[in-house]
Amino acid sequence: MNLTDEEKQIFCEVLAENDILRESGAWQGEDERASPVATGASDAARKRSFRLAYKGAYNFRVNGKSVGRNSTKNIDVKPKTDRSGLDITIKPGTKNEQVHIPVAISATGIKEAVYNDFYIGDNAEVTIIAGCGIYNCGPTDSVHDGIHRFYVGKNAKIKYIEKHYGFGPGRGGKILNPVTEVHLQENSEASLELEQIKGVDSTIRKTTADLDKNTKLIVKERLFTHGRQTAESIYEVALNGKDSTTDIASRSIAQDLSKQSFKATIIGNNKCRGHSECDAILMDEAEVHAIPALDAKTKDAELIHEAAIGKIASDQIKKLMTLGLTKKQAESKIINGFLH
Amino acid sequence: MLELKDISCSVKGGSRGKILDHISLRIKKGSFTVITGPNGSGKSTLADIIMGIKTPTTGKIFLESRDITNQTITERAEDIAYSFQQPVKFKGITVYDLLNIASGELIAPEEASKHLKKVGLNPEDYLTREINDKLSGGELKRIEIASVLARPAKLFIFDEPEAGIDLWSFDNLIKIFKKLKKEQKTIIIISHQEKILKLADEIIILEKGKIKSKGTPSEILPQIKGAKP
Ligand SMILES: Nc1ncnc2c1ncn2[C@@H]1O[C@H](COP(=O)(O)OP(=O)(O)OP(=O)(O)O)[C@@H](O)[C@H]1O
Ligand SMILES: [Mg+2]
Repeated sequence: MNLTDEEKQIFCEVLAENDILRESGAWQGEDERASPVATGASDAARKRSFRLAYKGAYNFRVNGKSVGRNSTKNIDVKPKTDRSGLDITIKPGTKNEQVHIPVAISATGIKEAVYNDFYIGDNAEVTIIAGCGIYNCGPTDSVHDGIHRFYVGKNAKIKYIEKHYGFGPGRGGKILNPVTEVHLQENSEASLELEQIKGVDSTIRKTTADLDKNTKLIVKERLFTHGRQTAESIYEVALNGKDSTTDIASRSIAQDLSKQSFKATIIGNNKCRGHSECDAILMDEAEVHAIPALDAKTKDAELIHEAAIGKIASDQIKKLMTLGLTKKQAESKIINGFLH
Repeated sequence: MLELKDISCSVKGGSRGKILDHISLRIKKGSFTVITGPNGSGKSTLADIIMGIKTPTTGKIFLESRDITNQTITERAEDIAYSFQQPVKFKGITVYDLLNIASGELIAPEEASKHLKKVGLNPEDYLTREINDKLSGGELKRIEIASVLARPAKLFIFDEPEAGIDLWSFDNLIKIFKKLKKEQKTIIIISHQEKILKLADEIIILEKGKIKSKGTPSEILPQIKGAKP
């Protein structure tokens, strides 16, 4: 793994932020920042540390190149030949395994589009964790467009966790545009946790899904924008199969002068149930637009949308103040709980 | 302990000019006061004013001879604990979180469990529950009371603690109040319940924002027809 010191540093930040890695045993109790990668140990020692620490399937991408990759007996991680990205194939029946595909960008002016396709075999149950961190200390925008496609086989179950963050003092923008495409075959289930807490200047997130018979898509989105950031979140979910269900829940905080828009379209093409919910807390001069769309093509489609936008409830602040918190402390407790 | 001097409160567009109309009262340290009176008579408003949630239009509040009229809620919370009539719901805050906040420090789950047991909630079922609208009214009310019992305060105010609480728990509640009294805490309870009124050293009847009468239970109870058995 040939990383510069700066790359190592950023990558460790990404892994540290992505605390799911710790849970999965990637760092086996070590303090990430003091790990051999962070401290710049010899190449061999670093390699050993990654190998020893993490045995699952992974691909680590730093500044546009893959710096480590591993396949397991059940999970094949292969680079694409025609464009940048991966083909990840999960054998039918694979259970309790994880795939990690963290991305770190530390250079200013990087613009990349990465296509990752996941082929999930029938009856498999896996967790896929993708975190992307951009550190931009330079003057030029850095952009990462991650296009993730999931082909979920019959009776399979996936959990996809995506965490995005940006940091660094540079004037250059930290821009992330994730596209997530989910195709659910009969009786399968996908649960998406999409989180972007501060630091990313501009994001357009597009999530589309088509659901076959008796399938379920659950989305939990968490968003926190501040400064002059903009975030747009677009969902298009087609409930095609009988008894398909979806529940899309977005919670967001918009602070300072940031702007968010949330657009969820659920299309009911069959007997199905769909629910989308946009719950936003507005602070300062921020703006949030919620544009729900429900498109029922049959009377057996039950579709619901809820949207609530407003400032932090004053009775919540007051209650916590009566328990001894200052107004600021109360607000931050409420925000943390809300984004939990 | 607590003294209210000439407290009035009015709101623009309120149904009547003044919600509270020149209220003065003194509450002794270690005493048990019950405030009662018809709906809309200003009881909760008075409690809100003592806690600093609402600001009086005129008048002053003294706590142990200190003028606290201009203190924030947070400052008053050092001495005063207040159980709301309408428990507040949150998103993503658990019962354990709330009890931690109330205790002013991180407490062990066993410690938090004690407070829940006091209000008849099984910690195993409730400690990790979020305080949101999935909880029933009575459950929310008990959690609200537990959060107040976790406070290291001198003055405890409970606004209609009996509301939504079933009979078994109600008897427990009475025990809690008796225990607080034994611990020399000063207690103000807003209530319509005769069993609670009977515990009082002094009962105050509010009507249309004014103190209509006050006295011991034996003086006041015969006057009250509205009090439920
Ligand atoms: N913010 C407000 N704006 C207008 N009117 C208000 C406001 N707050 C309270 N009031 C009015 O003040 C009066 C007293 O309210 P308060 O909640 O103190 O009554 P209460 O005695 O606690 O009644 P209850 O027994 O129903 O709890 C009511 O008529 C109420 O409508
Ligand atoms: Mg009231």
